Amino acid sequence: MARRLPRKDVVIVGLGWTGSILANELTDEGLDVIAIERGPWRDAATQFPPNYSQDELRYRIRHELFLRPDQTTFTFRNKMSQTALPIRSWGAFMPPNGVGGGGVHWNAETWRFLPSDFVLKTHLTERYGASFLPADMTIQDFGVTYDDIEPYYDRFEYLCGTSGTAGNLKGQIQEGGNPFEGPRSRPYPNPAQTQPFSHTLFAKAARELGYKPFPQPSGNMSQPYTNPLGVRLGPCTYCGFCEWFGCGNYSKASPQTTILPVLVRKSNFTARDNCEVTRINTDKSGKRATGVTFVDTSGEEWEQPADLVILSAFTIFNVQLLLLSGIGKPYDPVANTGVIGRNFTHQTISDAVGFFDKAKFNFNPFIASGSIGMCIDEFNGDNFDHAAHGFVGGGYMGQVQTNGRPIETTPVPEGTPRWGAAWKTAVRDNYLSAVKPGTGVHGSFYSYRDVYMDLDPTYKDRLGRPLARMTIDFHDNELKQNAFLTDRFAEIIKAMGAHTVDKQYRKGPYDITQYQTTHVCGGAIMGSDPNTSAINRYLQSWDVPNLFVMGASGFPQNAGYNPTGTLAALAFWSADAIRNQYLKNPGPLVHA
Amino acid sequence: MKLRRRDLLATTALFLGSGLLARAGTIGGELPWWPNAGSPPEPFRPGPWTFFSPAEGAALEAIADRIIPPDAETPGGKDTGSAVFIDRQLAGPYGRQEGLYVRPPFLKGTKQQGPQSAAGPAKQYREGLDALDRYCRGNHGGKAFADLADADKDAVLSGLESGTVDLEGADGKAFFELVLKDVQEGFFADPIYGGNRDMAGWRMIGYPGARYDYRDWVSRHNEPFPLPPVSIAGRADWTPRKP
Amino acid sequence: MRSRPIAAVVALVIVVGLIGLAFALWRDRGQSSPSAVRRADGQDFAQIERGRTLTTLADCAGCHSTPGQNEPFAGGRPIETPFGNLLAPNITPDRETGIGAWSDAEFDAAVRQGKQRHGGLLYPAMPYPYYAKMSAEEVLAIRAYLDTIAPVRNSVVSNQLPFPFDIRASMRVWNLLYFTKGEFKPDASKPAAWNRGAYLVLGPAHCGACHTPKTTLGGDLASQALQGYGIQGWFAPDITNDATRGLGSWSVEDIVAYLKTGHNRVTAATGPMAEEITLSSSHMSDADLTAVATYLKDQPGRFDTTATIPATDPAMVAGAAIYRDVCSACHAIDGHGVANLFPALAASPAIRSSDPASLLRVILRGARSVATAAEPTAPAMPAFGWQLDDEKVAAVATYIRNAWGSAAPAVSAEQVREARRSLAARSD
Repeated sequence: MARRLPRKDVVIVGLGWTGSILANELTDEGLDVIAIERGPWRDAATQFPPNYSQDELRYRIRHELFLRPDQTTFTFRNKMSQTALPIRSWGAFMPPNGVGGGGVHWNAETWRFLPSDFVLKTHLTERYGASFLPADMTIQDFGVTYDDIEPYYDRFEYLCGTSGTAGNLKGQIQEGGNPFEGPRSRPYPNPAQTQPFSHTLFAKAARELGYKPFPQPSGNMSQPYTNPLGVRLGPCTYCGFCEWFGCGNYSKASPQTTILPVLVRKSNFTARDNCEVTRINTDKSGKRATGVTFVDTSGEEWEQPADLVILSAFTIFNVQLLLLSGIGKPYDPVANTGVIGRNFTHQTISDAVGFFDKAKFNFNPFIASGSIGMCIDEFNGDNFDHAAHGFVGGGYMGQVQTNGRPIETTPVPEGTPRWGAAWKTAVRDNYLSAVKPGTGVHGSFYSYRDVYMDLDPTYKDRLGRPLARMTIDFHDNELKQNAFLTDRFAEIIKAMGAHTVDKQYRKGPYDITQYQTTHVCGGAIMGSDPNTSAINRYLQSWDVPNLFVMGASGFPQNAGYNPTGTLAALAFWSADAIRNQYLKNPGPLVHA
Repeated sequence: MKLRRRDLLATTALFLGSGLLARAGTIGGELPWWPNAGSPPEPFRPGPWTFFSPAEGAALEAIADRIIPPDAETPGGKDTGSAVFIDRQLAGPYGRQEGLYVRPPFLKGTKQQGPQSAAGPAKQYREGLDALDRYCRGNHGGKAFADLADADKDAVLSGLESGTVDLEGADGKAFFELVLKDVQEGFFADPIYGGNRDMAGWRMIGYPGARYDYRDWVSRHNEPFPLPPVSIAGRADWTPRKP
Repeated sequence: MRSRPIAAVVALVIVVGLIGLAFALWRDRGQSSPSAVRRADGQDFAQIERGRTLTTLADCAGCHSTPGQNEPFAGGRPIETPFGNLLAPNITPDRETGIGAWSDAEFDAAVRQGKQRHGGLLYPAMPYPYYAKMSAEEVLAIRAYLDTIAPVRNSVVSNQLPFPFDIRASMRVWNLLYFTKGEFKPDASKPAAWNRGAYLVLGPAHCGACHTPKTTLGGDLASQALQGYGIQGWFAPDITNDATRGLGSWSVEDIVAYLKTGHNRVTAATGPMAEEITLSSSHMSDADLTAVATYLKDQPGRFDTTATIPATDPAMVAGAAIYRDVCSACHAIDGHGVANLFPALAASPAIRSSDPASLLRVILRGARSVATAAEPTAPAMPAFGWQLDDEKVAAVATYIRNAWGSAAPAVSAEQVREARRSLAARSD
């Protein structure tokens, strides 16, 4: 029997990026806010100081900062005809756990979506005709436009001290930036990071091929920075232990380094860590959330009543919790009804590895940051004419190599034996003179009828609840997109002066054991139509008006960019709607 | 890392955590801190095998020396301690597959669905090394793997890799992939874990190790980085020279 | 005859007593007395507010409130002295266990004369030699404010000192040596801000209680005022205008920023100063903080010099390697850190204190810097005690004290071993 706690105005499920943003906004509004976080407190002082954070085995290989599959995992299958089996050890994506969420161990690549990305269905239909799109592609418009969200992109970038070079200032294209980006109201808060050798060389080669390279927008500080909340960050030191790791010297934007120092000082804010929310509770009508139930590490169950529930537990946990709480109609791919679980997406990633003459090239790959890189956007979104290509979508590409960590990044040319004297020699001879970007091609992943999430019929978690099930595979559209992009990318690597370029195309079937970013999206998507979306344009649940669902679970499809910038901007946008509209008049903000 | 066992609603769960951070708590007022906050790594203890029997250890050392053979410049997998690394790892959470989802049913799936076996690394090594030696004794004149000529060792390993060598009582191909991964990981992990002795693996490739500040080198393009590698446990230059 | 020596002794005691009394009365002349001033008035909100400000200036909460407990001024907190521990009394208005039943005169006598309610003497852990500089009217305002605090029932036996220090009567001699009664007298030759600063430093803010070296009997070593003192496992540094170890390289603005926000361009507050800033100086007015800074900048220091240990010294060479590998990611290769985030070791006088206790404590155990409203970040230094043995800690400490043009005595492995040992015994 759950023990009931004193009522709060707001309960926030998950204290990651969006949870921290909402907590700070709503406490500023004077509300009494409690955040419940499944994982532990994390910060540099207590978990990842700069004298032992640089441990590849512990953090990159043994996954210490991530969720333990034993606490919660998912089952996976490619096709509906298969039996889904548990993800027993993470591979394709790395779910976060703990205060700060993915914001602790992300790369801090801080992109904006294109204006066309927000109105994708309308845009592509207009340009290419409805029959150009695959019949089972289920892309939708977001329900908001880039112009709606631009001020909130700005807020997030200034919160984080994002380091970059603007490409489009109020419609004026700027030299050195991304000429394809949507117009921004002002420059980045910090100049772009200094680029190491191979990244600079990529830009040179790209320029010579007629492209317009620009520095990747980076949440690693290019210089000391004080954000609008008065929190200070230090300069990035290019340690090469960024993604998968916590930042030891306060130079990577995270909830810890941008919001939490101010948030914890507020008397109207508390957080509970190591407490897992098991259910969002609703009243008899099912139309009103009454709070959440959570369990702590001693097995005690608690009920936290609240007037407003913010679900910010990370995409796949948002979807799982909505399904387990019976909120929203579960998606049925056969009948094509329901919304919770539909439009589940990931990212289409590939690489091209370049090998150079070691007598002439020394790249010092260990000197890098998480968001370092020179990129081109010519092949992203609808930035190029797809008519002749037979696919839609695209992505940015670039020399975005973040590390030279030897377990992960000791590339050898294709065909090299995997062990023995030849392997050893090849590793030695190529370490300093190879270019292995990792996510060199970062392509979109559009949504399909048969790619979705629901509850598994067989497997359970440690609390006896059904695991959520992922049915996901690549479709031809994405594989064609990727082949085309990988070829273009390899051309640039070759033009850098590589004697050998190994193309590593993304091939189907979708493989749960191969890491391909943690950009899982969708499953509780936003939109204008309650029949095909779970939340409205303000991220408010269509079914339960006092429930708002944050995060990339709201994306109807994933664009060719890292999602954090956009989901954080949407969180600020939603917070504004809650503060200025919802609190004054609680109830549905959109009447469909 | 401290192991904690808790009963949660009549089921058992394993939480990995470090002392103060593993219990549910409340955060408010100030950022948490306490003296000696953090959970520094525990360096391995040199000495006898903690997981392997002498025969297992000998077999694995021999495998390590074929996966990473010694040469004039750099020692091989045996002398750099890959087998020691694996021994210590298997005795710990990795060997026990702590934190992984090991609930049944265990069904055979597609390659894309990943490993679906109840056996963790510890079990796989026990079975695999035992089966390997039995195979060699049966097919190579009664000799254990460690006693074969190098060319024969390579032939056996290649056979495991390609699946042409079948081990009785173990999945030879899966075992080989596991050993390959672990030997090479040990060669490149921080020496505090038992492999990469004296940072030999790092020296071989020119990797400066556990450093955290390259601000003065970002703009120095195409220049060799001059400082020697350093482990989390330090390097020789950290100790003042005696006069 | 037998009675004559006894009579002589008695007569001597009486005479000494009378002389002592006369001396004490002579000393107390001109001291304003609380009975001559208006009684603390529970309805005078101006007085109460003034009292609140003064209570903050005097940082009563620093001893009389226990951190982590939401019962202000309820006492019970252990106060370390060189002679053992005391427990701070309950100064809430509880009539039985607090000071609710005390008269204003008794309260004033405690604060400004070190007298217990029923005739005993207070130990100078209660800094009455400093509070004596305050006026009766100010102490009365403090009383009025304390009267508004929620009464807490908490019976505290203050005297936890071991024999023979637990004999309060011995304080009589101590007071004769170290206690000068009398309110603060401004120096007419100095500007108003200096005098205000002098009043604060020598009076309610009682900086010397931690920062002035003590004699063996625990009294202030007046000739070395504010030149640093080891306390509670830290070394409270020199805060005179000494160029190497004190505030000589800091501007008035640097000092004000430090006291107000806990951070300035070169350093960050941690440990006991973090608490002082949180409870007291971050609430002080800019004018008062400027006054304190003005006064401190006018205090001469030792001005002795130490030779820089050469870079070729083996400890310096090893320390440089450790520093490059492990410290520079925050403190920068040139030792200049990041303003208001990571202390600039090259420019930080506290690093060069003659007693390296604070430096070693922070290196061995780590430290969280203070968070204030103006500077909420509160960056933390990790612990290195697990990673560096005594010889290496000594080398890197010696290095940061002597690199970049600094100079300070070397730190030995023996000192590090002793620091580790004494820190292990601490509970805070």
